[in-house]
Amino acid sequence: MTGAWDWLTTGANWSGTAGVLNRLLEHLGYVLLSLGIALVIALPIGAVIGHTGRATGLVSGLANALRALPSLGLLIMLTLWGLNTLPGSIALLGPTIAVLVILAVPPILSNTYAGIAAVDPAARDAARGMGMTGGQVLTKVELPVALPLIISGIRSAFLQVVATATIAAVVSLGGLGRYVIDGLAQQDYSMMVAGALLVAVLAILGDRLLALFAHFAVSPGITGRRVRGRATTADLVVRVDPAAAAGAVMWRTADTAARGGG
Amino acid sequence: MNWNWLNRNTDQILSWFGSHLWLAAVPTVLGLVLALPLGAIAFRYRWSYTVLITLAGLLYTIPSLALFVVLPGILGTKILNPLNVVIALTLYTLALLVRVVADALDSVPPLVRQSAVAMGYRPLRSLVTVQLPLAIPVIGAGLRVAAVSNVSLVSVAVLLGIPQLGQLFIIGFQLNFFTPIIAGIVLCLLVAAVFDGLILLAVRLSTPWARAVHAG
Repeated sequence: MTGAWDWLTTGANWSGTAGVLNRLLEHLGYVLLSLGIALVIALPIGAVIGHTGRATGLVSGLANALRALPSLGLLIMLTLWGLNTLPGSIALLGPTIAVLVILAVPPILSNTYAGIAAVDPAARDAARGMGMTGGQVLTKVELPVALPLIISGIRSAFLQVVATATIAAVVSLGGLGRYVIDGLAQQDYSMMVAGALLVAVLAILGDRLLALFAHFAVSPGITGRRVRGRATTADLVVRVDPAAAAGAVMWRTADTAARGGG
Repeated sequence: MNWNWLNRNTDQILSWFGSHLWLAAVPTVLGLVLALPLGAIAFRYRWSYTVLITLAGLLYTIPSLALFVVLPGILGTKILNPLNVVIALTLYTLALLVRVVADALDSVPPLVRQSAVAMGYRPLRSLVTVQLPLAIPVIGAGLRVAAVSNVSLVSVAVLLGIPQLGQLFIIGFQLNFFTPIIAGIVLCLLVAAVFDGLILLAVRLSTPWARAVHAG
């Protein structure tokens, strides 16, 4: 452990192509690009499914099956395919981003539709009674109410992607995983641990940032911040239908710290 | 698919399949066993709920490869020791299930709890014989998620040189050869499906009343 500390406090390890700053930027680049693509895919589909109540069984089944898929195997298979078919630099980066997107979509998608499906029917009816159209009900009532669950879906996706982007170093991409993989190859345990610690810090900091965003973005009427105790819409989901909601709950594991501190 | 290659390496693949099964199963069971009392404590005492759930959330945030690498330094184990993987995955399972157990116990209707008190059940007996059985379906759902993720996470440990089905991915990558990779993915999915089925079966067998309601 002290070796890792020495490694981290050595200035030379922070600059240059193989330096921490560059690796961090690479890592963040993979993460943000794939999260962005996943959001564009998952949010609209999740919103439509939650709003119409169609195809929910199909989506949750698909999400569960995806969880069983070993990300390392998927990464290596797609990369090998990319190296054999795709041209130039996209041959390496494309497959990795694809895998990260595949991992990020299910938590966002299932939390979006679970959040919207769990909206109190009375609130929905009231919105309709006020003369809102279907689209207005979705954007003005359902999405804001579902926002806490949607953001915890994004947090789960973020953690998944940060962790898996580390593995991307195996297929000779950059990012913080390089230190772990190269450290292993060179028997440099200090560098390995330093890399692992950096990834963990990145994951925790990013998660806290998203939690902070949720704190300000979600309407106080929904978080129950004004109400004592820990009852929130999310708890309501669990009470209403424990078995069905359990799937959504699992995606929210990272949400815990926010509730503890809130 | 090159079936000849698979045929020639059946013994090796079976041995990796076996170690994969163990490396994923042991943490799942250990994690559940530890999560039950801790989850019950989190449910009983509000202050411990906040502490335990915050800790669990923090732990769950740490990427698996990072934990596999850092644990030997903390435990003093060799980096090639499979124990690191077992402990890391047990921690993840525990982190996931503590919250599930606490919330599952919390979702038991208050009337049921009060009935148990009225019948003279002491808190511990009510917890073990009334609330815990009623919480089984939710805990089971959480356990399925933990078990399935463990199967996927075990394969990452191959990067540290701990042999299991993940080895097939590395071999395929080095040889530029799809057969082992596809075989590895299919076998991983098979292990996950077996765990999933076993847990579903256990939940079904331990909650006969759920079926009785549907039949009636």
